[in-house]
Amino acid sequence: MSIKVGIPSTLYYYSHFLFWRVFFEGLSMEVVTSPVTTKEIVDQGVKEAVTDACVPIKVFHGHVMNLRDKVDYLFIPRMVSLNGEATFCPKFLGLPDMIRFSLPDLPPLIEPRIDLKNNKIKLWQICKTIAASLSAGKIKAYGAYRKALNAQKKFEEKLIAKVKPLEYLQDYTISTFSAATGDTPPVRLAVLGYPYELYDPFISVNILKKLEQLEVETLTIEMIHPKLIAKEASHLPKNLFWHYSNQVIRAAYYYLHQGIDGLIHITAFGCGPDAMVDKIMELEAKQHNQVPFMTLTIDEHSGEAGVMTRLEAFVDMIRLRKGQNA
Amino acid sequence: MRITFPYMGTSRIAFKHLIENLGHEALVPPAPSKRTLTYGTQYAPEFACIPFKILLGSYIEALNQGAEMIITSGGIGPCRAGIYGMLHEKILKNLGYNFEMIVFEPPLTNIPDFVRKINKVIKPVNVSWIRFLKQFKTSWLKLKTLDEVESLTLKIRPRELSKGETTKVFAQCLDIIDQANSREDIIEAREKAKKLLQAIPQDTERKCLKIGIVGEIYVVLEPFINLDIEKNLGEMGVETHRSIYLTDWSKENAVSGDGEEDIKRVAKPYLSEPVGGHGVSSIGETVIYGKKGFDGVIQLAPFTCIPEIVAKSILPQVSKDYNISVMTIFLDEQTGKAGIQTRLEAFVDLLNQRRMLTREDKTCGVI
Repeated sequence: MSIKVGIPSTLYYYSHFLFWRVFFEGLSMEVVTSPVTTKEIVDQGVKEAVTDACVPIKVFHGHVMNLRDKVDYLFIPRMVSLNGEATFCPKFLGLPDMIRFSLPDLPPLIEPRIDLKNNKIKLWQICKTIAASLSAGKIKAYGAYRKALNAQKKFEEKLIAKVKPLEYLQDYTISTFSAATGDTPPVRLAVLGYPYELYDPFISVNILKKLEQLEVETLTIEMIHPKLIAKEASHLPKNLFWHYSNQVIRAAYYYLHQGIDGLIHITAFGCGPDAMVDKIMELEAKQHNQVPFMTLTIDEHSGEAGVMTRLEAFVDMIRLRKGQNA
Repeated sequence: MRITFPYMGTSRIAFKHLIENLGHEALVPPAPSKRTLTYGTQYAPEFACIPFKILLGSYIEALNQGAEMIITSGGIGPCRAGIYGMLHEKILKNLGYNFEMIVFEPPLTNIPDFVRKINKVIKPVNVSWIRFLKQFKTSWLKLKTLDEVESLTLKIRPRELSKGETTKVFAQCLDIIDQANSREDIIEAREKAKKLLQAIPQDTERKCLKIGIVGEIYVVLEPFINLDIEKNLGEMGVETHRSIYLTDWSKENAVSGDGEEDIKRVAKPYLSEPVGGHGVSSIGETVIYGKKGFDGVIQLAPFTCIPEIVAKSILPQVSKDYNISVMTIFLDEQTGKAGIQTRLEAFVDLLNQRRMLTREDKTCGVI
């Protein structure tokens, strides 16, 4: 029987899962994931996690609890830095420790420290170490590593082609927007937020789908080519410290320059980095022609109706504004 | 030029000294008050931490009084405080204030930038680098003096015979130190302050509980935010020990004894990655307090402070391993005095009861 490695389907799952799945499968292991976030997972996470944590971290605890008894190893990488420029949020940095000291009876953790400093060889070295710890051969590991890189590349290309991560990773369908047939031009909204919030249908209260029902074209960070995002770094005198936050704020600049009808920022209640990101975004939207801006704060208590009402009001307001300008 | 700076505990006295001795006008922001908080919360992001809001509020108060330049510190993350200078500037400029903001980053991360910024401050008043460094050293001495005198009050307050005496005398001491100008004056003021404090009638026999205070530096240092926790505990007869002072001197001498026990090293089994701010220190210092046989530790943190949340989730394990009680208090603009007081009393009661049991079968508690 093959060894089972559990990967929680939240946080870095939305950005890097495919790489790790292909890699572990290449080492002849079975990869087990938790289901897409459910109410039970959220409840479990809220029960186990420290109260002051943000909802994504609580949900992560829930996913780990879901996997705990089903796997031989749990894969919880310590995401430090991908490009040497910014680190991940401190909660990512301390994640394996938080999990280890708050949840009982865990299977052994595979917790590589991912600090790539924009150096491709580093990633291979990490993979080599993981393979060695699971007593897999070097040649096999290299094969798996190459395959994983390819799979990840393909995944990122799909994202730029506007495929949603869950559709690709789990065949989870979110209906795609087709341009409205009427003579009103479609409303184009940039919906920005961390992938593990925005694309998680439960955490985000399915915002993307709701917007599509309102016949709104949604633009997200993942649809911009990474090189174009990196170009937007020059607008701030000082880079933010956090990987995902830089992505969000740069995407905001990108779309503001492209011209959009509105900007929605999805943020978790109590999110530390987002307190900064959100204010900068608000001030910038104001300076870019007063582009309408809305912050949607979500947490484990977010209700469907409340969110829907706010989205409808926002979209209506934009339609009115567009009508007046036309 | 009229220069203002962040208000943080007693350090204001040393900063004022430096700015005035460079030939500028020091505009000490008013002590944080309800009004400061109102300004701060009105314009700050909702989930920014309380230090951000207090600073923003006191900048506004200082700008209203005519400040022309704000000097503050930056940082390299991943704690948010490193971004605060930039965001404060954006918010204040958006409100229409006209001023210059100088954010000092850690000098070694970008030396030319550091030199340029110092020049910006000292060139307009024709101060040479040599004189600047001399003044800086004197101010540093003042800062050290302030820390030293304040740490003495923490020992004396729980043993004072008439309640409130220490706090009264300490205010006098601050005035004395504030007025000292040269190095000699400062050293003299230090001795005078110490004598004044030691002259307070004390019950030296009293066996006080010992509680270590760990957590984020701003909420630990600024009594307005932590609702005078050191004074309150002191007047309940508890000797507190503060893990952080602004000066390195205290970092080496006060917390880790003779600098033998390295905070990061003892924290490593629990948290091996620096998470910014004082997250790792909170864990390491709790370990050290545990080893030293303190009765308890109180972790102070601003609401939504990321590094302290990480630390909080790990502290229960430290508490178990070292048999030391830990209580975490998250502080924000909504924090009420009565609520905190109740929690402190309960915690102190718990520690007193634990003391009555033998050390071996004490069970530890995390509140």
